[in-house]
Amino acid sequence: MRDERFNFAFLDERSKRMIRRALLKAIAIPGYQVPFGSREMPLPYGWGTGGIQVTASVIGPNDVLKVIDQGADDTVNAVNIRRFFQRTTGVAVTERAPEATLIQTRHRIPETPLHERQIIVYQVPVPEPLQRLEPREAETRRMHGLAEYGLMHVKLYEDIARYGHIATTYDYPVMVNGRYLTAPSPIPKFDNPKMNMNPALQLFGAGREKRIYAIPPYTRVESLAFEDHPFEVQRWDAACALCGSRESFLDEVVTDDRGGRLFMCSDTDYCAGRQAAKAAAA
Amino acid sequence: MYVAVKGGERAIRNSHELLAEVRRGDPAVPELSLEQIKQQLKLAVDRVMTEGSLYDPDLAALALKQAAGDAVEAIFLVRAFRATLPRLGYTEPLDTSRMRLWRRVSATFKDLPGGQVLGPTYDYTQRLLDFSLLEPASKAAAPEDERAADAMPRVVDLLDGEGLVERHEPPAGDPDPLDLTREPLRFPAERSVRLQNLARADEGFLLAMGYSTQRGYAHTHPFAGEIRHGAAEVEVIPEELGFPVVIGEVALTECQMVNQFAGSKTEPPQFTRGYGLAFGHCERKSMAMALVDRALRATELGEEVESPAQMQEFVLSHSDSLEASGFVQHLKLPHYVDFQAELELVRKMRRSA
Repeated sequence: MRDERFNFAFLDERSKRMIRRALLKAIAIPGYQVPFGSREMPLPYGWGTGGIQVTASVIGPNDVLKVIDQGADDTVNAVNIRRFFQRTTGVAVTERAPEATLIQTRHRIPETPLHERQIIVYQVPVPEPLQRLEPREAETRRMHGLAEYGLMHVKLYEDIARYGHIATTYDYPVMVNGRYLTAPSPIPKFDNPKMNMNPALQLFGAGREKRIYAIPPYTRVESLAFEDHPFEVQRWDAACALCGSRESFLDEVVTDDRGGRLFMCSDTDYCAGRQAAKAAAA
Repeated sequence: MYVAVKGGERAIRNSHELLAEVRRGDPAVPELSLEQIKQQLKLAVDRVMTEGSLYDPDLAALALKQAAGDAVEAIFLVRAFRATLPRLGYTEPLDTSRMRLWRRVSATFKDLPGGQVLGPTYDYTQRLLDFSLLEPASKAAAPEDERAADAMPRVVDLLDGEGLVERHEPPAGDPDPLDLTREPLRFPAERSVRLQNLARADEGFLLAMGYSTQRGYAHTHPFAGEIRHGAAEVEVIPEELGFPVVIGEVALTECQMVNQFAGSKTEPPQFTRGYGLAFGHCERKSMAMALVDRALRATELGEEVESPAQMQEFVLSHSDSLEASGFVQHLKLPHYVDFQAELELVRKMRRSA
């Protein structure tokens, strides 16, 4: 299974050690973006190289790996990343969230609650939550240093003034441990509450932007809001057409060219588990 | 019941097989050899080595073959290969004044010690399609004594004798430069870091940025002081020996731009410099690099920072073809979840409007 021509998990041991040092610093300062010497990986930047480098640095031969993209295990990019680690580590892989010790994800947090013996690794395209408001890194670094986040509050306020609500639906900014404004990566804001006081270790890797950050287990994570405009998550009028769930994040699927639509769980493992349970009960 | 598209595994496997077939083309046509690519697509090999940051013509040729001639893809392959190679040591600084030259031109002096050596260049060809190349040509032979010239002094060193051009002394203590392949780029970035970034930068991007400085977006009044192309010896000092040993030669293209400078409170009027260096024969790249290097020195020289080419965060954060190509093309990845969230938002806004 494992291709012995590559080092275990592809990266050389020195690079892994460098990344682990950055991870330790990140865990010590929750939400703070630690610069690291991101390597060119055999997958393109923007396709998960940060997450892959973090996973490669923490994975061991006894780990059980799950890789998801948009909540699903069988989308091509998730398949490709999982194959990369199977080829370079030979570790066991799973689609079952509770069985995994290491979960690499793009754009979702599994619906099944995580537990203490798990690490979830997020692929992050833009680690700087202020970048769209202030593109200069020298400036945003200063703002983080001074915890000066007025710019973001003004942006959210302007949304409310204009639309009556905050018009950010994914990559919705969070405050980690009451100190650092942090990008949750482009997960839907539906998933934001799952980050708060999560028992699992949450690691974030941004390969192209060369930043690592972390949320240690049981850390406070608050989505930004105002007293009179509390944070809210998306709700659907529909239920999943496959498992009937009304609690999960639903993807809309176009079924024909006459406006036909149906909704189904974005988390394929969660959905399959519920379908199996229903079948067993029947 | 509708079932979402499954089978990523099989789709990828099939795609790889299709790719191999398309890359190979018609099997009745003989397959390209690496030697052919190295010899006959030499400038493509040079670009892949330069932006791939790896001096290895064989691997660059292999990458070009594997990438079906796509330079940016080939550069990606080379970078990913070199990323985890162990760093065994560092060479001594290259001495480009001692290069064995195949070409050397200066736009600032009609004649100068060593003379102008035109060498192999497309510059003075007429860009007419040469239909004689439709058929395999007989061997082309150049006059023997035109092959290579001995070392000759650099033009900027000649100007330097008069004190008319700024000097670049190594900083006190000659500290090791930050290694951009091992450390992340931080801002503000010092010049040695900027030059490393520009050396790896995408040629098209640098060309456009350099060009913009000639069209009013940063006034740097450049002259091509010198462009030289040749081979320089690479030396290392093995720890157990303690003296430099030549381990080989690398082909290089070096460009020194000299730029007008009116002087400041601390400096008399003189010429300033922009620097470009590339592996192999990459003149367009090294000239563009020199223009951008000079533009990026605006703050240091007390010039107003007004144009993109002078802004280091703008230039250095967007110059790398791997980063740019990867992130632009990641838009091909599924974004169902984010799009779903936006879809809900737009519906909500339309309802309340």
